[in-house]
Amino acid sequence: MMRFEALRHDKRAAIAATVLIGILLAVAPFLIGSAAGSTWLRIVDFALLYIMLALGLNIVVGFAGLLDMGYIAFYAVGAYMYALLASPQFGLHLPMWAILPAGAAVAGIFGVLLGAPTLRLRGDYLAIVTLGFGEIIRIFLNNLNAPVNITNGPQGISGIDPIRIGGVSLSKPIDLFGFTLPSLHAYYYLFLALALAIVFVTIRLENSRIGRAWVAIREDEIAAKACGINTRNIKLLAFAMGASFGGVAGGLFAGFQAFVSPESFSLMESVMVLCMVVLGGMGNIPGVILGGILLTILPELFRHGAGPVQQAVFGKILLDPEALRMLLFGLALIVVMLYRPAGLWPSTRRRREFKGGAA
Amino acid sequence: MSALLLEARNIAKHFGGVKALRDVSLTIREGEIYGLIGPNGAGKTTFFNVLTGLYTPDGGDLVFAGQKLVASAPHKAAQRGIARTFQNIRLFGNMTAMENIMVGRHVRTSAGVIGAVLHDRRTCAEEAAIRRRAEELLHYVDIADRADDLARNLSYGDQRRLEIARALATDPKLLALDEPAAGMNGTETAELRVLIEGIRADGITVLLIEHDVKLVMGLCDRVAVLDYGAKICEDVPAVVQHDPRVIEAYLGGAVA
Amino acid sequence: MDIFIQQIINGLVLGSIYALVALGYTMVYGIMGLINFAHGEVVMIGAMVALTVINLLLGSGLPGVVMALIGLAAAVPVCMATGFAIERIAYRPLRNAPKLAPLITAIGVSIVLQNVAMLVWGRNYHAFPPILPSVDFEVFEATITGVQVAIIAIAALMMIGLTLLVQRTRLGRAMRATAENPSIAQLMGVDTNRIISLTFVIGSSLAAVAGFMVSANYSIAHYYMGFILGLKAFTAAVLGGIGNLAGAMLGGILLGLIESLGAGYIGDLTGGFLGSHYQDVFAFFVLILVLVFRPSGLVGEKVAERA
Repeated sequence: MMRFEALRHDKRAAIAATVLIGILLAVAPFLIGSAAGSTWLRIVDFALLYIMLALGLNIVVGFAGLLDMGYIAFYAVGAYMYALLASPQFGLHLPMWAILPAGAAVAGIFGVLLGAPTLRLRGDYLAIVTLGFGEIIRIFLNNLNAPVNITNGPQGISGIDPIRIGGVSLSKPIDLFGFTLPSLHAYYYLFLALALAIVFVTIRLENSRIGRAWVAIREDEIAAKACGINTRNIKLLAFAMGASFGGVAGGLFAGFQAFVSPESFSLMESVMVLCMVVLGGMGNIPGVILGGILLTILPELFRHGAGPVQQAVFGKILLDPEALRMLLFGLALIVVMLYRPAGLWPSTRRRREFKGGAA
Repeated sequence: MSALLLEARNIAKHFGGVKALRDVSLTIREGEIYGLIGPNGAGKTTFFNVLTGLYTPDGGDLVFAGQKLVASAPHKAAQRGIARTFQNIRLFGNMTAMENIMVGRHVRTSAGVIGAVLHDRRTCAEEAAIRRRAEELLHYVDIADRADDLARNLSYGDQRRLEIARALATDPKLLALDEPAAGMNGTETAELRVLIEGIRADGITVLLIEHDVKLVMGLCDRVAVLDYGAKICEDVPAVVQHDPRVIEAYLGGAVA
Repeated sequence: MDIFIQQIINGLVLGSIYALVALGYTMVYGIMGLINFAHGEVVMIGAMVALTVINLLLGSGLPGVVMALIGLAAAVPVCMATGFAIERIAYRPLRNAPKLAPLITAIGVSIVLQNVAMLVWGRNYHAFPPILPSVDFEVFEATITGVQVAIIAIAALMMIGLTLLVQRTRLGRAMRATAENPSIAQLMGVDTNRIISLTFVIGSSLAAVAGFMVSANYSIAHYYMGFILGLKAFTAAVLGGIGNLAGAMLGGILLGLIESLGAGYIGDLTGGFLGSHYQDVFAFFVLILVLVFRPSGLVGEKVAERA
């Protein structure tokens, strides 16, 4: 903490650090691509999407203290918005710049729809209702292929338009002044830009009148009301903001994958994003980003490690690598929480809370 | 005589069969320190909760600053200019002292999401004003040195002061204090008394629930006594102190 | 055959199972204020262990009912041990941690148990061998199988037993005291750690029975079965008013009825627009409605917010 404060006060050091991080982020896809191959670059692209999701959920759970276990529904709304408006499904091919804001807005509206009837509920009741809401959305996506075919049911929607910027499709290598930028790299830069935008928005919100009101509600709702906070509106705002981030990430996901199906929006995904937020460090933006990166990379590491390591040690594959990977992942969740109950990178607030508790 | 700030007419509140408040009527004048006393369970805190919109009354009405107070939601009461503290201190424990007071400014400020994200000139000015006012109030209640400590780590007396500062941050016309001296020692109570007198001197009317009879009698201009949810007496302290009904309520029928 | 009566019977059977599982959630919640996310996996383990033991006994020539009972008798202690271990490893160290920390360890335990099961029993569905006598009874032109009668009867007995345990015994009193206020219960000489362990053990034994019932009734078991079953049972517990035993029972039965009637009639209700795939939507929709109008569940006490 001291070091960061020192950085903040020393302008030159801050600028140097920012430039350094900037250069690292800029060259990262080339480093990863050449060192680990395109599989891993793809995983990094996904990590950026998950960071956006985790930051969105962090507003609801971390700031406002509302336990939302159906958050992936908003990701689904964004993804299906994109899929329906830019695919052969209805023969529509709208540009990304029209769809993403619309997806954010519609997801935000869904956030309010979820929030409105549940505002009186607290804690675990809210958890189960949001969980049910997430399942309802998924079941509808799964079944809205009859009598009128809207979502194409469990088969999902394929052939979705790639994201285009200025008429250039990101799904093919891009020629930039004689230099070729592969598709995964291009998506990386787009996702990075939007993730940074979401980080920026979240930081600004956190240090604002609205952000303080969210935290106040989390800390003591009655006292917040007595301070003149219209808790209903402020909570709905948290739901809407969080949901709209999810909607943006969903739209990007659909364009990136060129395919969506209800399977991608299971309860397990909601749980995963929630784990990112809590394990990283609820309410703390760097912690949540760390959680997003770790929980995207870790299962993949296990996936790619589980088979070959067994092969090398035992000479054959003894245990189902898929099961082994999830087993290790589950163990990692337990161990991390047991040793760092406030998350890997808790906010300075939480850390002080723990120190205060010990004193 | 100064103008009326609050007029409560026949306020009633039941919980199931329990009549917590029976037709309580009282008037508070602008600029006075008004005490509300009574034995445990007499309905003092219930009256507070009705006044601040936490409970909806089952009967009667409240007129505040010349307008009817539709006690529908606590945040509306705060908007109208009624601020309160709680008997069992309710601070935002994991926010700093400074942030607690800044939350108090919420109701007098207006920046929204767009302002927060864009940091336009108006929002920046508002944010700076919030910060300035919060610092003033930290000094006012004399806990400026604890500005960056978490509220939950403050001492009991400082927590009480912080809660008062947070309430003052909403620019109230009426400050309602629910047993502010509970659990305080003699020195702390004396300091609290100075603080409350200062608040009144700044033009804010104070409504005080208190068990410490000495504090109430020394501090209040007028006092109302509740017993079993009904007002049994309302007058200047010297009169109330010698009212036989009050003595009976406090000491019980056995002695009287 | 009367479809309405048939759906009621199916709903009661399903509901009895939900109720048994819901009791496990509600007991833990009542005592610790914690969602035991891994409870559904305990149900799965109960089903899997019972099935494995029964399959081992198949050649023994014992009567089918005896084999089933031995299978059940094996499942109960395994589940009890699992429940005990879950509490010890994943929850006890986090009693004073931030509230969401145990939720994450619970999710972790759930993932671990699921995948251990997958490693032990594989990805395939396991069929429950046809060892139980197939007796059918006719009730108002609908059919109820012997297994279904047994399920309802055993579930009812267990619920009565649990209620007596909680209301009438010393242990029950200690449990209620711990639920009311753990630190005061401790001051009064209640060993709260032991009570919490016992709560997990008792809840897990109910889960073992429920797991056995599910596999016997639907003739199938699977490493993934616990997840959705647990979810439904938790929904049932919340529907009734979580933390309340009677509420869990009522919520379980109600949810079972809602699901089977909903699935049976949703097509007619919506003019064929929504099919029986929407069974789950129905359940969650009812849950949301109940919670909106009665935020503390059907039986839950109304806890006024105190200022």
